[in-house]
Amino acid sequence: MEIVLVSLFNGLVYGMLLFMLASGLTLIFSMMGVLNFAHASIYMIGAYLAFTISQIVGFFPALIIAPLLCALIGAAIEVWGLRRVHHNGHIAELLFTFGLVFIIQRSVQMIWGMLPMAYRVPPSLDFPLFTIYGANFPAYRGFMLLISVGMLVATWLLLKKTRIGLVIQAALTHPQMASALGHNVPRVFTIVFAGGCLLAGLAGVIGGNYQTTEPGMAESMGPIVFVVVVFGGLGSLAGCFVASILMGLIQTFAVVINYSMLHLLKPLGISVTGDNLFTEILTVPVARIGALLPFAMMIIILLFRPRGLMGTRDT
Amino acid sequence: MTGMALSLRNVGKAFGNLEIIRGVSLDIAKGERHAIIGPNGAGKTTLFNLISGRFRVSSGEVLLNDIRIDQLPPHKINRMGLSRSFQITSIFHRLSVLENLRCALLWSMGYRYSFWTPLWLQRELTERTNAMLEDLNLAPRRDTAAGLLSYADQRALEIGMTIAGGASVILLDEPTAGMSNTETDNAVELIRRVSRGKTLLMVEHDMKVVFDLADVITVLVYGKVIASGPPQAVRANPAVQEAYLGALDAA
Amino acid sequence: MTASRFRQGSIWIVVLALAIAAPWAFYNYHAGRQSGFVVSMLTQMGMMSILALSYNMLLGQAGLFSLCHAVFFGIGGYATIHFLTMAGAGSLRLPMELIPLLSGLSGLGLAIVFGYMATKQRATAFAMITLGIGELMVTSALMFQHFFGGEGGVNTNRMIGRSLFGLTYAQGIQVYYLTLAWTLLAALAMFFLTMTPLGRMANASRDNFERVQFVGYDPRMVRFFQFALSGFFAGIGGGLYAITYEIVTFDALAAPLSANALLMAYIGGSASFGGPILGAVLITLLQSGVSLMSNSWLVYVGVLFISMVIFAPSGIMGLVMAHGPIVRAGQLGRLAVPYIRVLVPGLLMVLGFVGLVELTSFLTIGAAQGKSLVLFGNKIDIHATLPWLFATVFLLGGGLWLRLEAQSFRRVWECLMADLKPQRRLS
Repeated sequence: MEIVLVSLFNGLVYGMLLFMLASGLTLIFSMMGVLNFAHASIYMIGAYLAFTISQIVGFFPALIIAPLLCALIGAAIEVWGLRRVHHNGHIAELLFTFGLVFIIQRSVQMIWGMLPMAYRVPPSLDFPLFTIYGANFPAYRGFMLLISVGMLVATWLLLKKTRIGLVIQAALTHPQMASALGHNVPRVFTIVFAGGCLLAGLAGVIGGNYQTTEPGMAESMGPIVFVVVVFGGLGSLAGCFVASILMGLIQTFAVVINYSMLHLLKPLGISVTGDNLFTEILTVPVARIGALLPFAMMIIILLFRPRGLMGTRDT
Repeated sequence: MTGMALSLRNVGKAFGNLEIIRGVSLDIAKGERHAIIGPNGAGKTTLFNLISGRFRVSSGEVLLNDIRIDQLPPHKINRMGLSRSFQITSIFHRLSVLENLRCALLWSMGYRYSFWTPLWLQRELTERTNAMLEDLNLAPRRDTAAGLLSYADQRALEIGMTIAGGASVILLDEPTAGMSNTETDNAVELIRRVSRGKTLLMVEHDMKVVFDLADVITVLVYGKVIASGPPQAVRANPAVQEAYLGALDAA
Repeated sequence: MTASRFRQGSIWIVVLALAIAAPWAFYNYHAGRQSGFVVSMLTQMGMMSILALSYNMLLGQAGLFSLCHAVFFGIGGYATIHFLTMAGAGSLRLPMELIPLLSGLSGLGLAIVFGYMATKQRATAFAMITLGIGELMVTSALMFQHFFGGEGGVNTNRMIGRSLFGLTYAQGIQVYYLTLAWTLLAALAMFFLTMTPLGRMANASRDNFERVQFVGYDPRMVRFFQFALSGFFAGIGGGLYAITYEIVTFDALAAPLSANALLMAYIGGSASFGGPILGAVLITLLQSGVSLMSNSWLVYVGVLFISMVIFAPSGIMGLVMAHGPIVRAGQLGRLAVPYIRVLVPGLLMVLGFVGLVELTSFLTIGAAQGKSLVLFGNKIDIHATLPWLFATVFLLGGGLWLRLEAQSFRRVWECLMADLKPQRRLS
């Protein structure tokens, strides 16, 4: 029982982190049709920047400055890079963001080095919030939840209650129509791209000390975020939210399950002996398959329901 | 009625709550030259898309030579003898004119997905491609990339690719759109030549072309057929005159 | 064949001759054999050429952006290790020269399964499915010990004692010629493929998906067959990899190798058949050469790649071939001065950029490794402001100057092209 509750909390926290990352990507993807491969790289930049800034002025200013810097970087990428390749076609845009991944990856390694950074939870938040069945639930995780929910509410308010939000919503599902109605869609694109990068950067700030801040973090988070975006569906932030939480829970729970396919077959009287590939497949515990699950799910969803859970357009 | 080349039976199409086509029934006889006209937004191109399998019908049936085709994917419909051209030129822009026509001939000549037959050794294929080039007056441009052709030449290529496979029912979507008078005359000549012995269904805005070519005219307004018959009868129809507000008089 | 096509063909014969003769140019008389480093690099070029060509069957020829191509290379590798082990134990009676065929069939098998799934969707969804497949395979490779050997991979001995020519393949040079022979075979086969109905329809489906349907073809099937065949050739490459290194780990199917295939095909030129070969040779050279000199070669490749995406989408081959009409008209001389005027600021800018990158890299990574920046034998103090200043000035100044020169270059180019217009044809 403890495992379920603890995993539930952790899964929720991880899911909200995923949502912050995935929501920015969904906005960018839905509106501009470009899958920003470098999104997780911006997440990484956010974490590294937060580390450096918090060394100079402390964690809480970093919480504000780092995401803003990421937004600026995003705007620069959009205006000077993405916009130029737009007329070369869809694949060119994908290739461009793909190339960015290399550059950002190596630049981060160059500037900060190859070793993980000692980006720790700020002392003011480093205490157990409450204990369940003897396991501590750190206050920092509660803080993470707070920030992510706050961001979610702020984004929701921006989209639903402001004029620019209205335009963004329209362009989200019908970009050509919004443009035909006279809105400055290129400028909206820049704002959305920068906004998406701001969210990614913020995720990096709070995620960087939850996970380790090291040069490989973009590679480990990146694919999962894509899975979430695809799963949640284009044009729907609600779908993105559901998919993020689902993925967070699945990944957290999968790690603690030690059953394998063999356990399913046992009641049928099937057992295997011997040490070959076949037995290996049957006896792999779900915990190890956990890493496979998101990708298998993504493939299945793309095959049978490319629109995702709640999408309004096909991927 | 059977024996018709193409039959539409109470075809309807709705996008969400928006009904584009409402209960259209049409019979087109073999060898007939049939034009569909109507104001913008009447649903003419949508009708084409429904017949050719690009869109799925919301209700009703489409029959080609008495066989139902409304649930089939476009390539299967094409293999059964129906071919179409597009309003916005749809060719292989990076391939040469010769290669475009050759691609249009491949399936009908039985090559399927072969990855072992060298194309340059196929004599009959080469002969037929060259014949088409001559027929379309595109021989001097055979090695030019299709995307670099003039607009009129591209439209000619489009028509060529549509008939190359030997389809018996041909759908042409605004074949003379955007052409000058001379170009239009040439295009009409071409269409008349290539559609000999075949069934032709055409969407057109140019009334002169319509009255030149068509045996039967159908008028589509807001997704419904308001008149269908020989050109003179349609011209005299008061409902049609009302829909067009005198545009027919000018032709 | 027209005169220009013949000329193009003869270039490749020269390349082949060079490839055959190259190891002998680096013969070390002292040791009595060819330079091991050179032979190894040449063998790598061969394998990578096959990988890049097979990738271009998807990217350049069919318009498919796949992110998991290395999977088929890798499975060819893994399978071949097992085949070699079986052959060595006597349970597989096949000469070494035919083993890569089995590797290809392994790649083909997997590509049929994955290709059937992936080609169900188009464009971005297709790319995402391949992303998932790639991640899935890497995770599986780490999980299942029997076939994949987990993190350590699987290894074997290539001296299986069976050969059509009586060779033992103990020496690297023999493995090189085997690789070269198979590279030639594979390249010829892939070239032949471009001139078959499937090859042409693949091009057609790249240009216009819908039109393909209305000439009677199912574009999904066209892409599926193309995907499967590209997996076949990738598998051959993987087999040669296994034979050469006698060990295969999950790197052989992972994302970085797929990215490499993309880089090679794109930078070399995805619009022409031979472009990927050029890309493979270039990237392998850079990888072996530049990476020895600098830690940051990946940044350079990344910037090169992005610049090409923006300014030269048809790759290096495309740039070279664009000069075709000018060369044929004998007007190349007119570009000499404009080129010099563009190259000087260009070089300056590159120097500045490289300078900044190297300075930064030595500040962090180099310091940790205890190395220091050496330029022409002089040690440069990375903490002084002067080198930084120089590099920044070169970069910014060179960049601004380049912009001016690029505009006048473009004018000269367009002038030349306009003059030649009546003679321009698709060659």
